[in-house]
Amino acid sequence: MSSNVAPVVTNFDHVSPIRPWQASVRDRLITTGIFLGSVAMSYLIIKLTGLSGKLGFFATFLSVFTTVNATRDYFRFGSASAKDSLVNTLVAAGAFITIVPISSILYTVISKGIKGIYPALFFRDMSLNAPNDPLNVGGLGHSIVGTLLLVSVALVFSVPIGILTALYLTEIKGRFSQPIRFLVQAMSGVPSIVAGLFIFSAILIPITKDNSSLLGSLSLTILMIPTVARTAEEVLNLIPNDLREAGIALGGTQWRTVAMIVVPAAKSGLITAIILGIARIAGETAPVLLLAGGGDKFNFNPTSGPMGSLPYYIWRSFGAGSPEAVTRAWTGLFVLLVIVFALFAVARFLGNRKVGK
Amino acid sequence: MSTENNGEKNKMETSTTPSSLSSVAAASKRTGINTRPMGTGLEARNVHAWFGTHHALADVSLDFASGTVTALIGPSGCGKSTFIRTLNRMHEFIPTAAMAGQVMLDGKDIYDPSVDVTKIRLQIGMVFQKPNPFPSMTIGENVLSGLKLAQLKTSNKEELLEECLMKAGLWAEVKDRLNAHGGSLSGGQQQRLCIARSLAVRPQVLLMDEPCSALDPGSTLRIEETISELSSSMTIVIVTHNMQQAARVSDYTAFFLSDGGPGQMIEMAPTSEIFARPRDKRTENYVTGRFG
Repeated sequence: MSSNVAPVVTNFDHVSPIRPWQASVRDRLITTGIFLGSVAMSYLIIKLTGLSGKLGFFATFLSVFTTVNATRDYFRFGSASAKDSLVNTLVAAGAFITIVPISSILYTVISKGIKGIYPALFFRDMSLNAPNDPLNVGGLGHSIVGTLLLVSVALVFSVPIGILTALYLTEIKGRFSQPIRFLVQAMSGVPSIVAGLFIFSAILIPITKDNSSLLGSLSLTILMIPTVARTAEEVLNLIPNDLREAGIALGGTQWRTVAMIVVPAAKSGLITAIILGIARIAGETAPVLLLAGGGDKFNFNPTSGPMGSLPYYIWRSFGAGSPEAVTRAWTGLFVLLVIVFALFAVARFLGNRKVGK
Repeated sequence: MSTENNGEKNKMETSTTPSSLSSVAAASKRTGINTRPMGTGLEARNVHAWFGTHHALADVSLDFASGTVTALIGPSGCGKSTFIRTLNRMHEFIPTAAMAGQVMLDGKDIYDPSVDVTKIRLQIGMVFQKPNPFPSMTIGENVLSGLKLAQLKTSNKEELLEECLMKAGLWAEVKDRLNAHGGSLSGGQQQRLCIARSLAVRPQVLLMDEPCSALDPGSTLRIEETISELSSSMTIVIVTHNMQQAARVSDYTAFFLSDGGPGQMIEMAPTSEIFARPRDKRTENYVTGRFG
């Protein structure tokens, strides 16, 4: 064989990149055809047999679509490929089934809640109105203030404690690691009312003798710490030990290594830990009702006086029973959802920012 | 840089072998092989590769005849690994990847839509840079894992197990502890276990992406012996940064280089030629260690 030397070519503009492994237009058309055909066929089956309802239709469609797809792959590439396609379709169906109830809930909350929205809603409270009043008076401003105060004060307490606990478990690995890990895990199963009763009997009765949102936040802190600590521990465990060794080998103390290398590397995971913590407490009703008392008036002082919150507002409105009150409750749910999503978005944004910016 | 190369190219082709090169050429065990063996083997035709909009590899055409060992050499980032991954369609595993050109196995394009990609990877096996035995499996299970994954049947598992471990040069060391976990082996043993694992599905072609870069010299030597033994029965393509290794194990050597743009194949020749009489100035600079 003679040697070959590549000719000197530097311009390849005439060559265009392709992805031969992706489904071609023809493949996509066939898949769409199978999809539509399966819909039609399941409709027929529903009409002709005793099956009925949306669930029956979905089940029929799923089995028809899966079978046809798998058969097609069987004739193209054989049985292994058919099984692959079968599992693929089932996995996609599983994901779809997860989405259905979530989007259904979202749809219900939004469509029912949006009716009660009017601009002044966010700046008024219910101190002069009953839940049964018409929808254009009163508001839930006091509940938003209450929920934000409850959650943010709880965050101030629980995030440092939770993350420090996780750092103790993963970085220091002291002799109390095992019992602490066990207690943290056990605590994550504590019912919220137990946390509420604990603060009630330990602080409210003997010391303050009055409702306040601070006490509510303390009980939420008890609920949130285990979630934050456990998730943060998992995240910190994923950071490769090489990084810690590299930091220490450069002459860093353990504290500098953890603060400069380990925690920044785990940043987005730690943010996720905090998000999960917020998700755990944002909708809590029982301990808040017990300790913050629930109120219909604006209260900007977390240390004294009864404080309303969105879950309390929802609970009270549903209890009142009239159509206006029920719409108020849905509106409260809608606003609570928006707030939780907004908190998630902010946390994600902070977590995704490039290190060093 | 390139104008200088062109200027000296003619001079190079007529000059006699520099003495520093002849020692490397002499180290090649396989200098006698200059003719193409029978069989069509594997053939890359005008292969390009992209990651997103980044053109990583341009216009590589290479023939890998059956029963030969071809070494791909070149500095880091010149597209060797990208190229080897286009040969068994591992390239498409990266979400933004795209390609152009054809890869022919026995005269059939492996990128043809009618081709089952899993069967291609059965025929064209791969050994990776870092040894990656499956952690949940014993040594024996690791070797036979390909059969299970591809749901292939075999009449005699013990025989196949022994044969593959023998070929990979590992049998003597592990025959008494086939039920131990793969992770209990040393790095070099783990890599030979991975080779044995690739052999169990009887591929026609074995791609090796820097298989010795994480290993000590002793283990490297064992793997090179393994490659020499395997080369009689299969086509082997090996990416290596170690030019002595290329000289020791390969029949043909292809030199890849990127000068800022996409990586390209600069020169392909019988290994003894590449090291003794490179035709391109850039190849000579590289194999004599003047850069890269």
